[in-house]
Amino acid sequence: MPKDHGIGASSKRREDVRFLTGRGRYTDDINLTGQAYAAFVRSQVAHGRLRGVDTSAAAAMPGVLHVFTGKDFESVGGLPCGWQVTDRHGKPMLEPRHPVLAHGKVRHVGDPIALVVAETAEQARDAAEAVVAEIEELPAVIDMKAAVRGGPLVHDELGSNLCYDWGFVEENREAVDQAIRNAHHVTTLELVNQRLVPNAMEPRVAVGDYNPATDETTLYTTSQNPHVIRLLMGAFVLGIPEHKLRVVAPDVGGGFGSKIFHYAEEAAVTFAARALKRPVKWTASRSESFVTDAQGRDHVTKIELALDKDGHFLAIRTETYANMGAYLSTFAPSVPTWLHGTLMAGNYKTPLIYVNVKAVFTNTVPVDAYRGAGRPEATFQLERVIDKAAREMGIDPVEIRRRNFIDSFPYQTPVAVQYDTGNYHATMDKLLEIADVAGFEKRLQESKARGMLRGLGINCYIEACGIAPSNLVGQLGARAGLYESATVRVNATGGIVVMTGSHSHGQGHETSFAQVISEMIGVPESQVEIIHGDTANTPMGMGTYGSRSIAVGGSAMVRAANKIIAKAKKIAAHLLEASDADIELKDGKFTVAGTDKSVDWGSVCLAAYVPHNYPLADLEPGLEETAFYDPSNFTFPAGAYACEVEVDPETGKVTVDRFAAADDFGNIINPMIVDGQVHGGLAQGIGQALLETTAYDENGQLLTGSYMDYAMPRADDLPFYRVDHSCKTPCTHNPLGVKGCGEAGAIGSPPAVVNAVIDALHRGGMTHVTHIDMPLSPSRVWAAMQR
Amino acid sequence: MYAFDFERPTTIADAVKALAAADAQALGGGQTLIPTLKQRLAQPSKLVSLTHIAEMRGVCRADDGSVAIGGATPHAVVAKEAASLYPALAKLAGQIGDPAVRSRGTIGGSLANNDPSACYPAAVLASGATIVTNSRRIAADDFFRGMFATALNPGEIIVEVRFPVPEKAAYAKFPQPASRFALTGVFVAKFASGVRVAVTGASEGGVFRWKEAEQALSSNFSAEAVRGLSVSPAGMIGDLHGTPEYRAHLVRVMTARAVQAAA
Ligand SMILES: Cc1cc2nc3c(=O)[nH]c(=O)nc-3n(C[C@H](O)[C@H](O)[C@H](O)COP(=O)(O)OP(=O)(O)OC[C@H]3O[C@@H](n4cnc5c(N)ncnc54)[C@H](O)[C@@H]3O)c2cc1C
Repeated sequence: MPKDHGIGASSKRREDVRFLTGRGRYTDDINLTGQAYAAFVRSQVAHGRLRGVDTSAAAAMPGVLHVFTGKDFESVGGLPCGWQVTDRHGKPMLEPRHPVLAHGKVRHVGDPIALVVAETAEQARDAAEAVVAEIEELPAVIDMKAAVRGGPLVHDELGSNLCYDWGFVEENREAVDQAIRNAHHVTTLELVNQRLVPNAMEPRVAVGDYNPATDETTLYTTSQNPHVIRLLMGAFVLGIPEHKLRVVAPDVGGGFGSKIFHYAEEAAVTFAARALKRPVKWTASRSESFVTDAQGRDHVTKIELALDKDGHFLAIRTETYANMGAYLSTFAPSVPTWLHGTLMAGNYKTPLIYVNVKAVFTNTVPVDAYRGAGRPEATFQLERVIDKAAREMGIDPVEIRRRNFIDSFPYQTPVAVQYDTGNYHATMDKLLEIADVAGFEKRLQESKARGMLRGLGINCYIEACGIAPSNLVGQLGARAGLYESATVRVNATGGIVVMTGSHSHGQGHETSFAQVISEMIGVPESQVEIIHGDTANTPMGMGTYGSRSIAVGGSAMVRAANKIIAKAKKIAAHLLEASDADIELKDGKFTVAGTDKSVDWGSVCLAAYVPHNYPLADLEPGLEETAFYDPSNFTFPAGAYACEVEVDPETGKVTVDRFAAADDFGNIINPMIVDGQVHGGLAQGIGQALLETTAYDENGQLLTGSYMDYAMPRADDLPFYRVDHSCKTPCTHNPLGVKGCGEAGAIGSPPAVVNAVIDALHRGGMTHVTHIDMPLSPSRVWAAMQR
Repeated sequence: MYAFDFERPTTIADAVKALAAADAQALGGGQTLIPTLKQRLAQPSKLVSLTHIAEMRGVCRADDGSVAIGGATPHAVVAKEAASLYPALAKLAGQIGDPAVRSRGTIGGSLANNDPSACYPAAVLASGATIVTNSRRIAADDFFRGMFATALNPGEIIVEVRFPVPEKAAYAKFPQPASRFALTGVFVAKFASGVRVAVTGASEGGVFRWKEAEQALSSNFSAEAVRGLSVSPAGMIGDLHGTPEYRAHLVRVMTARAVQAAA
């Protein structure tokens, strides 16, 4: 019988009660007494010299309190980059200054030039239109290859648009070249992993507040990691000590990575609130989101796979151009390098791998981590080139993968990381079962009878989650640690509050974290409350991204809870006049082993806070513990996905008819939440494969700046999924044996869709089509079919 | 949005009067106009809502046998109330946008706006409908004047649209993946006097009649009749969602599908 509470139960998401009844408290719901409103004046051109900003007319308009420009921010720091990549030659990446408000130059459409603060939002917008920015327009550089081939410089002072030229593993370079030269067969694929707009349902919002009486500053913001924002903005931009700065990220309506980063608007409204001694609020319009939220992907890649005559992989060589956009967003440099190159082994025993990545500045919105961050790009090129190789060599696509599967663990890849556990044959077996691959032939005939093409795409994926061991990432250039924290506070009457450094913006931590505590202590889930998102009441934590919350944040919580249990046992031992080594905790009751002497959880908690009968000489009163957890390795969720499509031969329209996902996430806390995470990831991955793209014209104007042209996946674009996560190889190095599940769907699905479409076209006789770049829109598929 | 005055008359005469003010603009369902205002791309002095004018709402069979639809009738109402009178038209209305758009957006607003990718213009042109305004009647063939342009004078209101009901008709829409307006949509209407074929979404000139197909279909109303025809990509819209060649191709495919659905 399925469990009804604790680890493994599909407990209903408690947070949904407020989300579904309109009682969530998002940043835009926060309105402070005396609040003023901010509007940004933004560059309409992609590249230009900022000759001057005339604010006089705007400043005189009704309700206007002040107009800030780049000059006002000369005295403060720029927006910092949190990761320094070292290039092939041992040189640090080129790192431009990123002013809060543009200064000297504007570098992308949407670059903020001025900030108007007024009594009302409409007054601020009116006045923003009256700000006159004198801009001498310069030729924009949009195409990455043009940018590195001597295009206009995005940052004059850097002397180049090439941020870094990264080689990994550089020592393998020659051996890889040689293996490819001598191989029986080499399959080459050039592809684009297109740029995506994150499109969180809730646009970004920031409210700055300053109390001159206490000299305390508060920022309410739509963030996935309030402590990180406090550190970055406090220490690097505005110079506010952390004890005088509080950052609150209340309910957040989705992030997908885009709300990790420290943005100019957050610093600007905080600065303005301090200057004006008034709360200042900014709420992004959707149009602003399109030109200011850090975007995702945007890789142009050539991958070569060398094989022996039996289809065994011998070597992989890749060359990728990765778009950074106009500035380095907070973690941008790490995405195409350490989050991408280290995953190029995939699920396979390829002995030699060399990854070259050229990161490039262009006059476009900055690019940074987006659901999967680097790992989807790695998976896509690898699983596409394997499919192409299988076809070229006449080997079944499942068989070629099986032939190369890593099958003993731990496994040291040639790209630095060591996989702790996995069972790729098991997930593949499960996939073939749930996808009913055996029934494909029959469905193919049915499609044919209706004049439709049908194809099946199968692939694997692996990702590195639970980021990350701090000492390791420190060596790789991270300017932050990547541990997580938790405080477990037990109240006198037995209720438990967990204050976690993780942050939930849709993932359901308030439910699943409570399930873990409930399991450990044996109290009902309803007796456990999870608090997150406020630096004032949570321990320093690094927040939520990279599918790290349960693996790292959950581990910190387990550690803190174990400390609680250890102390509670001592109290129980005292109350039971036994030795604490003999105390067992089960179902919320402490028992002296082998006896019927027991004391319940509530009595122990009460004793901790009303210590009348208590070993005060040996034990502090109270029951509250904090723990930090720094993982010793990444976790490696992996799986196999299958997609079945129908393609309309007349129009090129692709319909995803079936989709199956078999994932190994290690142990599962809440299967329903995991299903939901996979469903959402699949929607995003299928969206990338078929619908979404971010297009700039040659002048750097965004052509897909609204939903009229940016195609988001909708319910009727998607099939009912078959998902399974029963193949579990628990993580060996964290206490819960969990791996993380937040990004898998978005990582594993794009190649499955594209593989399926190529398969359909081949079955339909269009064997000249070896690849189509995403999104596989009707017009692109139709164009590929011609000839 | 910029500030504006707002009026909600209950008669056509009052609406016409209100619209006489400088920079006054009619407001139908607001599904095009309100987003435009929110983006601050328009600055009318006054909005005159037409949705409380009873004589401009509803669907009925007119004395001459045509189907008459009030200019301020929302798409959802057409989808429901025209279902038995003119099923192909009702079906088209039921495919516009999403439920919210259909509940607010009106036929008059759609026609006055004449978006090159809008659906109604294809039905109006293929049916040979008549646009009735507060001051005159305009034949469909004279009404559409290219992208976002119509024969309407400033302040003129579409109070009703009269559709002759064909023997057979169907609309085949290929949605643009993002907006789900028509990337190419074709309305085919077969009358005793001949077949009319109107294409939306495809041409830089807005909705147009595909005369060659009309001829072929008038002598043989079957999908086969158009298989051999082709449309020139010259003058077709080329954008992110489709090249002119693709749209030209879709015109034929969607025409054949509309004929198939109608037959
Ligand atoms: C998300 C979304 C999806 C959509 N999808 C589709 C689609 O698939 N197919 C499609 O065809 N359309 C689509 N539309 C457009 C929709 O049909 C609009 O309702 C329509 O284009 C405008 O009608 P309205 O009543 O909302 O007009 P409004 O927005 O109120 O007005 C539009 C213009 O017409 C003028 N006007 C309004 N009524 C009259 C009148 N009676 N006489 C004279 N002038 C008038 C106004 O002054 C204004 O200039 C979509 C819209 C949205 C927001």
